[in-house]
Amino acid sequence: MLHTLAVLVENNPGVLIRVAGLFTRRGYNIDSLTVCQTEDPELSRMTIVVNGDDQIIEQVRNQLSKLVVVHSVSDYTGECVVDRELALIRVQVSSETRSAVLQTVDIFRGRVVDMGRTNLTVELTGDIPKIDAFVHAIQPYGLMELVRTGKVAILRSEA
Amino acid sequence: MSEEEKTGLIGAHILLNALQQEGVDVIFGYPGGVLLPLYDALLDSPVRHVLARHEQGVVFAADGYSRVTGKVGVCLGTSGPGATNLVTGIANAFLDSIPMVVLTGQVPTSSIGSDSFQEVDIIGITMPITKHSYLVKDARDLPRIVREAFYIARTGRPGPVLIDLPKDVLAAENVIPFSNEMKLKGYKVFGQANNGKIEEVVKVLSESRKPVLYAGGGVVTAGAEDVLRQFIDKTSIPLVTTLMGTGSLPFEHPNSLGMVGMHGTVTANYAVDDCDLLIAVGVRFDDRVTSGIGHRFATKAKVIHIDIDPVEIRKVVKTDIQIVGDARQVITEMLEVLPAFPVPQVTEWWNQLHDWKANHTLEYDKDRLTPQMVIQCLGEVAGGETIVTTDVGQHQMWAAQYYPAVNPRNYATSCGLGVMGYGLPSAIGAQIARPNEKVVVITGDGSFQMSIQELGTIAQNQLPIKIVLLNNGVLGMVRQMQKMFYAERYSQISLQGSPDFVKVAEAYGIHGIHVNSLEQVRGAFEEAFSHPGPVLVEIAISENENVLPMVPPGKLITEMIVR
Repeated sequence: MLHTLAVLVENNPGVLIRVAGLFTRRGYNIDSLTVCQTEDPELSRMTIVVNGDDQIIEQVRNQLSKLVVVHSVSDYTGECVVDRELALIRVQVSSETRSAVLQTVDIFRGRVVDMGRTNLTVELTGDIPKIDAFVHAIQPYGLMELVRTGKVAILRSEA
Repeated sequence: MSEEEKTGLIGAHILLNALQQEGVDVIFGYPGGVLLPLYDALLDSPVRHVLARHEQGVVFAADGYSRVTGKVGVCLGTSGPGATNLVTGIANAFLDSIPMVVLTGQVPTSSIGSDSFQEVDIIGITMPITKHSYLVKDARDLPRIVREAFYIARTGRPGPVLIDLPKDVLAAENVIPFSNEMKLKGYKVFGQANNGKIEEVVKVLSESRKPVLYAGGGVVTAGAEDVLRQFIDKTSIPLVTTLMGTGSLPFEHPNSLGMVGMHGTVTANYAVDDCDLLIAVGVRFDDRVTSGIGHRFATKAKVIHIDIDPVEIRKVVKTDIQIVGDARQVITEMLEVLPAFPVPQVTEWWNQLHDWKANHTLEYDKDRLTPQMVIQCLGEVAGGETIVTTDVGQHQMWAAQYYPAVNPRNYATSCGLGVMGYGLPSAIGAQIARPNEKVVVITGDGSFQMSIQELGTIAQNQLPIKIVLLNNGVLGMVRQMQKMFYAERYSQISLQGSPDFVKVAEAYGIHGIHVNSLEQVRGAFEEAFSHPGPVLVEIAISENENVLPMVPPGKLITEMIVR
């Protein structure tokens, strides 16, 4: 099953390759990986979505923890979290389809952020199933380009 | 810069001072262009430098030094080819968890990434085989980086740490270093708070009728031999060891069943297969032990795994109780709890074990010159306390089976990586580390020729190393497998064209003795050990000798070929 790991790492050059290299070398599959600086400029947060059974996930967590540049590893799977992904989607439109496409964008609460003569670009934020659903809905009109950030997640506050 | 700030110290001085702070007395190295500032500074430093003949010799010497002292070995190579020549030795240290700090030269920071002369990305190349690595960008960071590197190398599960040193960092002038305070928030050393589990293990042991203790390199790293022995004596538990654990219990100790696994003893393998409790300490269930079929290993047993590295837990074998911790600490805690539980009833188990032992002793023909006899005789002449290093191949296994090692710190062999060419340079490191003790290398004609140039290092430093060369004219281990599993279709195993090894030794000013009969063996060893300098004893053996028992690849450890 898919697990979402929140990994706090040092914000240094070379850290990403240490983490990514570990996954390649040990044969673990990364579904998505996002990384950026946190509120502490010395630390970055990686949100890694990884597929595997419990034994694999335990290995992944232990292997990550072993890296000197990794400060902590938390598995958010089954936890109460807010998770989001951002997608930018370019869709083909014609005078016949434009209004249907815009309606779909509206239903998914997306925003049109760019428009050409034959296409428009949609910005969409949401959890992964929502973005998948939008992509599915828009496909018949002509999906030209899809850029997704991968999931970011944060624990819900307790109170 | 004002007068007061002119420290007169270049980056290389800062590095050498930091190394001294860590207690470094010797560096094994090989110079090169980008290292010139460091080699210049070395002339005025009390740190000793030993020049090998190839960077692979440098790193194996540091490895041997580390194995026989428990200290962090230090090696040094220049940028580009110097660094890539170190790679095999780094991998070797990584797989066997040997603490080492590897220093590499690098092109100046302004040239990095431009494919300049003798430039390689050694950090990138070695990332999978180092515990950690640093590219130094500011000479002022050197005290902290060196301190961190040594700390990481020796703590927890030890391993090699690489420090890449650009030429401009080494040459930086008037350096006023930053504090050496470590910044290692992300580095974790495991092994506390196992309360409750210790009692659980001892309780399970007390109820067990067929227990086996399975010990490896983690016992040696932790310096746990003495507590291990107490534990064995108090519980009467039999012990099997991995190659890494050789010597953790003296060879002749009655509870020692010998090595387990591919070339282990019949008794050890039967015992592991039949036991009802397997206590694994400082081992990683390597495929040379489990035949790569972890789910069919020790299937009748409750398995307890004690290891300092949480990653090893449940990696290969499903276990029932897991303790993450230092072997010495855990065994000591078990010893404290022991009196609260009944002694395990193992008399019947020992009857069975003695039965197996009696019926399956390691055997060889006594009336002709065999490698087994050579190793046994060497053990008798040299004694168990002699420091032994070995190369890789058949002779390595015969040494493991027949050399009467009594101290794991006196035994160095390349286990996880199995590197031919390891033996001679690691003996150099061992002899430099412990100059007043006897050091012997057991090697073969294949392995020896992978590091033969290090005879020069031995000659230059007048190291009284005794080299025992079992010469069968072939790559024996490969030949054995082609014989057994490829219908005697021998492919590329002949070493025809080898030199007269005695003459080679003599060319280096090293005394050489040639042995080709059973009667000459003991006399040759006695002569070698009475000679004050280095000696090569070349012994001609038959290419038909096999290492037995042998578990064929992919078979259960009970399915051994015995003769």
